[in-house]
Amino acid sequence: MKQVDTAEVGDAVRASPRGLLGPSWNLVRRQLQQVLAFASLIVLVAFFAIANPNFLTWSNLSGILLSTAVIGILALGTTFVIITSGIELSLGTGMTLAAVMTGVMLTGWGLPLVVGVVGGVLTGALIGLINGLSIAVLKIPPFIATLAMMLIAQGLALVISGTAPIYFTDVPGFTDIALSSVIPGVRLPSAVLILFALTAIAAVILAKSLLGRYSFAIGSNEDAASLSGIAVRKWKIAVYTLSGCFMGIAGVVLASRLNSAQPALGIGYELQAIAAVVIGGTSLQGGKGSIVGTLIGALIVGTVTNGLRIMSIPQEWQSIVIGLVILAAVYIDILRRGR
Amino acid sequence: MPDPLPASPPPASPSRSASAAAPRDGAPLLALEGIAKGFPGVQALSGVHLELRAGEVHAVVGENGAGKSTLMKLLAGIHQKDAGEIRIDGRPVEIDGPRTAQELGISIIHQEFSLMPDLTIAENIYIGREPRTGFGLLVDDRRLNRLAADLFARLGIELDPRTPVGDLLVAQQQVVEIAKALSFDARILIMDEPTAALTESETANLFRLIRDLRDAGTGVIYISHRLGELKEISDRITVLRDGEYVDTLATADAELPHVISLMVGRHLTTEPRPARGAAAGPVVLEVRGLGTKGLLDDVGFELREGEILGFAGLVGAGRTETARILCGADRADRGTILLRGRQVRIKSPADAARLRIGYLSEDRKRFGLMLDQDVGFNILASSLGDHANALGLVKDAPARRTAERYAASLNIRTTSLKREVRTLSGGNQQKVILARWLARDCDVLIFDEPTRGIDVGAKEEIYALLDRLAGEGKSIIMISSELPEVLRMADRVVVMCEGRVTGVLDAAEADQRTVMDYATRSGAHGGIAT
Repeated sequence: MKQVDTAEVGDAVRASPRGLLGPSWNLVRRQLQQVLAFASLIVLVAFFAIANPNFLTWSNLSGILLSTAVIGILALGTTFVIITSGIELSLGTGMTLAAVMTGVMLTGWGLPLVVGVVGGVLTGALIGLINGLSIAVLKIPPFIATLAMMLIAQGLALVISGTAPIYFTDVPGFTDIALSSVIPGVRLPSAVLILFALTAIAAVILAKSLLGRYSFAIGSNEDAASLSGIAVRKWKIAVYTLSGCFMGIAGVVLASRLNSAQPALGIGYELQAIAAVVIGGTSLQGGKGSIVGTLIGALIVGTVTNGLRIMSIPQEWQSIVIGLVILAAVYIDILRRGR
Repeated sequence: MPDPLPASPPPASPSRSASAAAPRDGAPLLALEGIAKGFPGVQALSGVHLELRAGEVHAVVGENGAGKSTLMKLLAGIHQKDAGEIRIDGRPVEIDGPRTAQELGISIIHQEFSLMPDLTIAENIYIGREPRTGFGLLVDDRRLNRLAADLFARLGIELDPRTPVGDLLVAQQQVVEIAKALSFDARILIMDEPTAALTESETANLFRLIRDLRDAGTGVIYISHRLGELKEISDRITVLRDGEYVDTLATADAELPHVISLMVGRHLTTEPRPARGAAAGPVVLEVRGLGTKGLLDDVGFELREGEILGFAGLVGAGRTETARILCGADRADRGTILLRGRQVRIKSPADAARLRIGYLSEDRKRFGLMLDQDVGFNILASSLGDHANALGLVKDAPARRTAERYAASLNIRTTSLKREVRTLSGGNQQKVILARWLARDCDVLIFDEPTRGIDVGAKEEIYALLDRLAGEGKSIIMISSELPEVLRMADRVVVMCEGRVTGVLDAAEADQRTVMDYATRSGAHGGIAT
C-alpha cells in the first residue's frame, strides 16, 4: 500500500472554492479585537484633542509615550504568561525590586553602569524563574504563586533599600537610559524607543519562536499540549522567566526616568499591565493574543490617564474609566466569541 | 409486551418501608413499556421493556452501548423519554426531572460517587435539605447528626455520621451513597456497577445490605458488567442489546453462556478484513508485568511490526490505563517496557514522543486538540521542534509544507490549514491528530476508540487509513469498545478484564462470543465455564 497521490489531494486543500476567502476572513475575524482596540485608540485621541487643544502637542504626545513605556514593557512580557492562561501579579513589586538592586549595585557597591543595568534585568529574570518553578514544578496555581512573590518582592525591596529611596545623582549617564534623545532633532525619550524595540522583539518571539507557539498550545489545551510531547513544564518556566526579563528592564527604565529607585512604588503597576494586555485582545482564558494588541492596549491606558489629567478631571476618576474600558473590551470579546 | 418468562419467587416479606403506598392488585412496583430515546445521530433506546417487583433485585445487563445507562438516566430524570410509558404501582408517571424522580421514590447510585469529601457523612446525606435553626439561617447540626444516626441504626450501618467522607474507605463511601439514596424513602433503588471499586469481602457486605433491603420490600435495579456476581445477588436478569429489549430470565434458570450469547446477539456480518499478508514482523513493543495500584495487574503483551493489535474489554477493564502508561501520560508502579528489544523508561509524553510512540485519545477535544488554533498548528504541535533553527525560531515555509503534505496524504478536508480546527468534522479532527504523529515520524500508534463520535462514512475512511498505515509498517494498537470493529481490523486481539489480560486471540479464533467470554472473566468470581 503506497501513499495516496499527494498532489491531487493537496490541490484540493489549496484550491477549494473558499480557499482564498477562508483564510482572509479568518484573519479579519481573528484580528478584530486589535482593529477595534486601534479604532478606540484613535477615537480616544480625537476626543481628547477636541476637548483640549494642548492634547495634540508634541510634548504632550511624547509625554504619553514616556509614561506608557514602563506599563508597556511590563505588559509585553506578561502577554506571554496570559496566553499560557497564567497570570503574573508580581510584575509591579518585582520591577521595584529590580530597580532597587540596580541602585544597590551602582550606588552602594559602585559597580559599572552596564553591570548595574544587567543586574537589574537579571533580578527580574530570577523572580520570573522562581515564579515559573513554583508554578510548573510545585504546581502552585499562578495566581497564588505570583501573589506570594508580589509580597516577597515588595518586602525585599524595602529591606534591601532600608525603606529609603536610592538616588542615582552620582551615577553619570544613568538618566540617559530612559531620557536621552537618540534620534537627532526629534525630542523622543529613549524609553519610548526601548518600548518599541522590545515590542518588535516580543512580536518576533511570539509569532516565530517555539516559545511563542508553545505558549499558544499550552494556553489552548495544556493536557493536549503535554500529550503531544511538548515539555510543558520547561516551556512554562521559560515563559515566566521571559516575563521576568521584561520586568527587570521595566525596573531599570523606571529608575532611570525617576533618577531613583523608589522601594514603596510598584504596587498597582501589575494591574495596569494586565489591563493593557486584556484591552489589547489577549484572552485571560489563554490561547489567544498578540503583541501589537498589547502595545495598543498600553497606549489606550496611557492615553486615558493623560487625557483625563489634561482635562483636569481628578485622578480618582482615571481608574474608574480604565475599569470601564476593561469591562467594555472583554465584553466585546465575549460577544465576538459567542458568534 | 408481557414478561415472556415465568416469575421468580415472590418477595420474601411484606414491605416495612413507611412510605410504601398500597399498590394496585398485582401491579408491579415499576413497569416500563415501549421506552424510546434518541440522541442526535443515535437511537439509544427503542421499545425497551422492564418490570421491577417490590422485593426483587433485577439485574440489567448488556454490552457497552446497549443502553443501560440511558435507561437509568431516564428513570433518574436526567433525560426524558421520547416515547413509551413508565408506571409506578400501575399508575402512569412522567419523570420530568431529578426532583420528580426523588418524589416518586426512585434513587440512583451512580458509578462515579457524588459525595463531597470535605463534608461529614451526615452533611453529605442531607445536603440541600438540612434541618435549620436560627430563623432558618443556620444548620441544626445536632438534629442533622441524629437524623443520620437514626437512619444508620435502621439500616444496620456502623459509621459515625460526623466523620468527613474523605476519611472513609471506598466501600464505606459506597455505603454512605446507599444510605443517602434510602434517606429519600426510596422504594426503587438503582445501582450502577456498585462493586466496581470493591474488594471481595466488601462486596459480600454490600450484598448483605442489598438482600436486607430486598427483604424489606425495596425494588433494586442492579447494573453490572460482572456477570459472575449476578448469580449471587439477582432474582431476574434483563438483557439489552443495541438499545433494544432482548429477554428477561429468572436467574435461577439462566446459564451464563446463554446470557452472554443474548448480550452479543447474532453474529454481525463483519466485512472481511483485507488481507495484509503475513503480518508477523519482528516484535516492536513488548510490555511485561505492568501494574498500577487498583487499576492494572501484571499486564503483558507483544506488538509486532505492521500489525494491528486490537484491545477489547468492557468499560473499566484497564485498556485506556495501559495506553496512557505507554504514552507517558501516567506512570506505572511496576513492569517493564521494551522497544525493539531495548528497555525504555517513559516518564512523560515527551519521552514517548522521542521514542516515536503516538497516542490518539478517546477524548479528542480534551486530550488531543487545541481547539482555538488552526489546522496547521495542530498538525505541527509535536514536530515543531524539527522545524526550528538554533535560535528556536520556526522556519515557516518547511513547517507549512510538512503540514500540507500530511493534510493531503490523510485527505484532511478543510478549506485551508488556517481554519480553526474546531470547525472540522470529527473524522477530520481525528485525522489531524494522526497527521500530528505521522509528522513526528511515529511508528507505534495507539488509537483509543478511533471512531468514537465519527459518522459511518468517515469510519470507513479511518479503517482504510489504519490498514494503510499497518501496510506501511506502522505498529498499531487499537482500543475499541465496538467489538465488530475490533474483530474486523485486528490481526490479534488482547482481551482485558478488571485490569488484567485475560486472553490474547488470533484473528481466526476471535469471535464475539469468545471475546465476550474472556472480557467477563472476573478474577473475583472465577472464570465462566463454556
